[in-house]
Amino acid sequence: MIKILKYSFYDLMRSRWSYIYFLFYLILGFVLFFLNSDVNKAIITLLNIIIVLTPLIGTVFGIMYYYTSREFTELLLSQPLKRSTIFVGQYLGIVISLSLSLVVGLGIPFIAYGVTRSAAVWNFSSLLFIGAFLTFIFVALAYNIALTFNDKIKGFGFAILLWLVMAVIYDGLIMIVMMQYSDYPLDNFALAAVIFNPIDLSRILILLKLDISALLGYTGAVFQRFFGTSMGMIIAVSILSVWVILPLLRIISVARKKDF
Amino acid sequence: MVEIRQLYKSFGKVSVLEGIDLSFDQSGIFAVLGPNGSGKTTLIKCILGMVIPQKGDISINGDSILRKWNYRNHISYLPQIANFPQNIKVIELIYMIKNLRSQSAQELDLVEKFGLQPFLDKKLGNLSGGTRQKVNILLTFMFDAPLIILDEPTTGLDPVALIYLKELLRKEKDRGKTILITTHIMNLVDEIADRVVFLLDGKIYFNGTADEMKSQTGQRNLEHAIATILKKEYY
Repeated sequence: MIKILKYSFYDLMRSRWSYIYFLFYLILGFVLFFLNSDVNKAIITLLNIIIVLTPLIGTVFGIMYYYTSREFTELLLSQPLKRSTIFVGQYLGIVISLSLSLVVGLGIPFIAYGVTRSAAVWNFSSLLFIGAFLTFIFVALAYNIALTFNDKIKGFGFAILLWLVMAVIYDGLIMIVMMQYSDYPLDNFALAAVIFNPIDLSRILILLKLDISALLGYTGAVFQRFFGTSMGMIIAVSILSVWVILPLLRIISVARKKDF
Repeated sequence: MVEIRQLYKSFGKVSVLEGIDLSFDQSGIFAVLGPNGSGKTTLIKCILGMVIPQKGDISINGDSILRKWNYRNHISYLPQIANFPQNIKVIELIYMIKNLRSQSAQELDLVEKFGLQPFLDKKLGNLSGGTRQKVNILLTFMFDAPLIILDEPTTGLDPVALIYLKELLRKEKDRGKTILITTHIMNLVDEIADRVVFLLDGKIYFNGTADEMKSQTGQRNLEHAIATILKKEYY
């Protein structure tokens, strides 16, 4: 597994897109930290970007990597390797290289800005943690989609649709439902709605960490009221972990039965 | 060595293999022939465990191989389309496959034979189709596996490389290996194959020597013999 991981990782690290992704975060980091007088404001801006961008990049890289390396995967499948080793190895290779682009890309400007000068180091770290978590989730989801559809166009379409639903449409739908049924108690519905969207959950988690209730929104407020801040954070991290584990288990089970 | 019993495979509604019974029990070169879509590649992929059959069993040296992976240590496989990661250099790919298999390999000889020395430091994405196929062949033959499976090995090869390939096949055969090969180049089959298995619509239509096939169809060369069978069945 480590061998496959290593090769996928190196393969991606050599791709131009990894550098573009890295440079994007690097530039973004420098711009936000040095042109913004308030670190916390910079972190909130970063939050809004990371929470949308890491799922998108994770989805696109995941799906592209699977389809472009399909023939190579076949070569690996003919070698004395277990199927789960191959796919989990590839998955980890992608996830680690993307997370590294994020963490190093934003980490450099943050260190340049001066960690010691800021008390925000924990907030900032948790932001990177969430970004990496979302990468883990969305690459796993993308790999699930890629394994399900042999047709590249279909797979790509579904993956982008998934991102669009999670990042944009989902909130809109929830809001419409809430407005329609505003006469009814909606707390449980709001809680359930949050659990089924890792992006929302991540946003709430980081806002709980930053302790900015003003930005939590209705679902976030319900979440905080229901679980409290620290319990809420533990629950949020646990649910996010489930969002990694379940798709990963499905990758293993689908890969075991699939014809190549 | 390889025994296939009552193998069935369909993809959705399309039935590809319909009860294949086949065994390759001694060393030698076995050509698996058939028109496009006859199930050659599917059969090979079943042996490799890349395609999972619905029914039937495959065993190698007496042990069923279905859902196992360790047995692939004893197989060298040349896939049909040599499409490697674009960003990796040839030499890195060679080391990588060696590393993955944790077996000793004899690649230097092959590099020289196929004239791959100048390409070792080139990225795979920049190679021509023929050169890529040579790399593919090198990756297959550098290990000392008792079973060698080749899916269309001649694609894109120049005549010199083709001669080396045939030489290589004969050498491996003399060392007591079992070699399965699919190809559309009948001259190659005529020249090197000890036995011919002809698949048609997922069933074994013929299993014997090339000479038997020719005499059965009353043709003097293999290409015409096969054309005769196909015409009889399809036209």
